[in-house]
Amino acid sequence: MLSIHYFASIREALDRDREELELPAGVNSVQDLIDHLLLANPHFATVFSEGNKVLVAINQTVVDRDHPVAELDEVAFFPPMTGG
Amino acid sequence: MISIQTEDFSLADEYAAIRRQAGDAGAIVTFTGLVRESYRDSAQGASEGAVQSLFLEHYPGMTEKCLNEIQQQACEKWPLLASRIIHRVGELQSHDQIVFVATASHHRQAAFEAAEFMMDYLKSRAPFWKKQVTDAASSWIESRASDQAAIERWQKS
Repeated sequence: MLSIHYFASIREALDRDREELELPAGVNSVQDLIDHLLLANPHFATVFSEGNKVLVAINQTVVDRDHPVAELDEVAFFPPMTGG
Repeated sequence: MISIQTEDFSLADEYAAIRRQAGDAGAIVTFTGLVRESYRDSAQGASEGAVQSLFLEHYPGMTEKCLNEIQQQACEKWPLLASRIIHRVGELQSHDQIVFVATASHHRQAAFEAAEFMMDYLKSRAPFWKKQVTDAASSWIESRASDQAAIERWQKS
């Protein structure tokens, strides 16, 4: 299972803070996973719309869209950080 | 040492603690960040009214990892004798203390630079998000290009 976490504005747009997902067939990279989620849930279209910057972390490290995704990974989607 | 906490902190207590840890330090720099009344200078620009409160969300686990990495990087770049990061989360009010960074070194330049480096990285790399609640509405604060530029400055040096 993948565990997928959502934070801040993305959590609110999707109305969920996390979900568990069997690694779908054909999903090898972060971009593949995003494409899968876009098909699975229409709310993702808002989240990933143009001009809306979304960061992705795998196992708590921010990665690029071509980073591999594997079974048991912890994936997180969030907007750019605004701490401090 | 790093802390992520809802409760406030005491500058006097933190200063005393780092002073004890710092051994033969010739310089201690402390920085405290406060909640402002207005975040209207950010990109969205449209929010009206003074900030009633600020909600700080974070990513438990990744936050600790990031702050430890930032502290580790600072220790590799400068000869620090001690350092400390505190970041508050949850609901905060205008003028509340939100973040604290302290560094101790033999000389002031290392302490100043390391404190600034830690703050710059913390603002754009540690998974915290601010939501402001005003009289009119609540909205997530957007990241600023100047914060990203602040990091790039350290990557060049």
